[in-house]
Amino acid sequence: MTLLDFARGPGMQWSLIILIVGILWRVVGTLLLSAEKDYSQARQGGTGPGIRAVFRRFWPHPEFVKPTLFHMVGGYTLHIGLFVVIFLFAPHILWFADLLGLPVWANLPNNIIMLAGALTAASLVAFVLRRMTHPVMRRISGFDDYASNIVTLLPVVTGMLAFAHTPIARYETLLALHLLSVELLFVWIPLSKLAHALFFIPSRYQLGAAFGRRGVKV
Amino acid sequence: MTSKKRQDMTIGEALRANGVSRRGFLKFCAATASLMALPPGAATAIAAALEKAKRPSVIWLSFQECTGCTESLTRSHSPSIEGLIFDAISLDYHHTLQAAAGHGAEAAREEAMKEHHGKYILVVDGSIPMKDDGVYSTIAGMTNLAMLKEAAAGAAAIVAVGTCAAYGGLPAADPNPTGAVAVSEIIKDKPIINVSGCPPIPVVITGVLAQFLTFGLPELDDLGRPKAFYGQNIHDRCYRRPFYERGQFAETFDDEGAKKGWCLYKLGCKGPITYNACATTKWNEGTSFPIQSGHGCIGCSEPDFWDMGGFYKALSQGKLGSAEGLAAAAGIGAAIGIGSALLGSSGQKAAKAEIKAKLDKDMEATK
Ligand code: HEM
Ligand code: SF4
Repeated sequence: MTLLDFARGPGMQWSLIILIVGILWRVVGTLLLSAEKDYSQARQGGTGPGIRAVFRRFWPHPEFVKPTLFHMVGGYTLHIGLFVVIFLFAPHILWFADLLGLPVWANLPNNIIMLAGALTAASLVAFVLRRMTHPVMRRISGFDDYASNIVTLLPVVTGMLAFAHTPIARYETLLALHLLSVELLFVWIPLSKLAHALFFIPSRYQLGAAFGRRGVKV
Repeated sequence: MTSKKRQDMTIGEALRANGVSRRGFLKFCAATASLMALPPGAATAIAAALEKAKRPSVIWLSFQECTGCTESLTRSHSPSIEGLIFDAISLDYHHTLQAAAGHGAEAAREEAMKEHHGKYILVVDGSIPMKDDGVYSTIAGMTNLAMLKEAAAGAAAIVAVGTCAAYGGLPAADPNPTGAVAVSEIIKDKPIINVSGCPPIPVVITGVLAQFLTFGLPELDDLGRPKAFYGQNIHDRCYRRPFYERGQFAETFDDEGAKKGWCLYKLGCKGPITYNACATTKWNEGTSFPIQSGHGCIGCSEPDFWDMGGFYKALSQGKLGSAEGLAAAAGIGAAIGIGSALLGSSGQKAAKAEIKAKLDKDMEATK
């Protein structure tokens, strides 16, 4: 069995199993935790403000736009870039379609994928550098923050290296490294701050609903 | 036959004795040089070296194979420059091509092995079955395994022609009922040149032999193939590559994309992981190659190409087996989640009770 065979077969299978077990463990476990009963009289229902909060928080309140501009621009670049690269690159689409039994959807040309990949990688690197240099960011950053950044960066970098048939190693080796880095990402997602992908919507809702009940504007 | 014994002739003499023109010979050398990506001047050097080289004795053993490799070599266009190499070498034993049969043929093999001990080139096509003491393929009552070991002992070098000899090929495909293996898994003490392909391109087979005769052992890649012929990736040399880059793919073999010659990746093309000269040298005197004829590359020069998930599945598909494992994972995950939630909430209760007890105590104290 070559490295590529391993990465494509058992490696991918096990990382997906861990990903699924991990996601369900985190989500089910969190949702079933009993919430404190709120004994105060509700000023209004929580559902509306909850849903509103989910969307409202995609952009900061006006007074915070300037201070958070770096994170907003970098964050959007990073996430849209990842979306484009992961879900609109033809080989990836075929992989998802195969795994999930879905029909194949439309793909983008590779130069756009590469551009998105480069922007994604650049914003991830910028975020790491900022963490290392900004006095406050440095103090509030821990292992999870750095590791989550790097684990996200690796598939992008290895994917681009493999795609370009970079002569630093054989294509099959680079591709295997790409897949292994993807597998590392799959395993890391439920165990780390990357789990925000699972939690950001329910937690925005929860907070929005709680605020709403107390009459706080969201 | 000239007065000189055939074995004692140089390649040049033998070619002339067989009526090969100087022009035909130089054409062969030029083709070989260009195939090896050597500058045009190298053709003369190859010609000079081949001219003087002694005709090597070649013993060609065919094991678990379909004779496709020999067919590829002999059925090429004629008069073939590939055919020249047969005039240039002294092919002392080859099942399909020799006139002798039965004991006579085996005697010829043994004689050649004795006479040229340590000097002959051993060409092998086909894999070797290892299961049940190798009984699944025998020649004149001798297992392939025994014959290979015997013949390899006196060989100067071994050329494993075809993917079966090089990597096990079709006979070794899952579940490999005969325990078929490649030559390199049995013979460890001789130089082995893998000339893979199912079959290999004829000019590559003869080119490798010519390269060996002129320059000695060639530089090999990590799969034991001469870099001069297998250094190129099909996808890197494919004329459909611009369509791949633009994201334009044929979805079926007869849709608009297929008619427009778009990339065959989605139809299962294995070009990106395949190394061979098909996209440059092509087949049938440079006429075409599979991708040009509208079919994806099946990766036939790579190990285990038969088991790469299916010829018509895209490279990124068909490697994951069943979804049952994943469904089971979902169940396990949910169970762990419920468990941890229960633990969590009993933890919450315990903490609450603790806080209440502490508060009560404080109240008592302030009273
Ligand atoms: C610009 C960034 C990226 C590029 C250029 C890229 C490129 C590639 C390439 C060329 C393949 C090979 C498909 C084949 O077998 O022919 C591949 C497969 C794959 N990539 Fe990426 N990739 C990138 C980012 C990512 C990221 C961020 C993920 C994380 C989820 C990812 C997940 C996968 C998966 C799951 C496969 C399929 C595995 C397979 O081929 O068996 N890729 N990628
Ligand atoms: S047809 Fe095959 S080799 Fe050619 S560009 Fe498409 S994937 Fe690559």
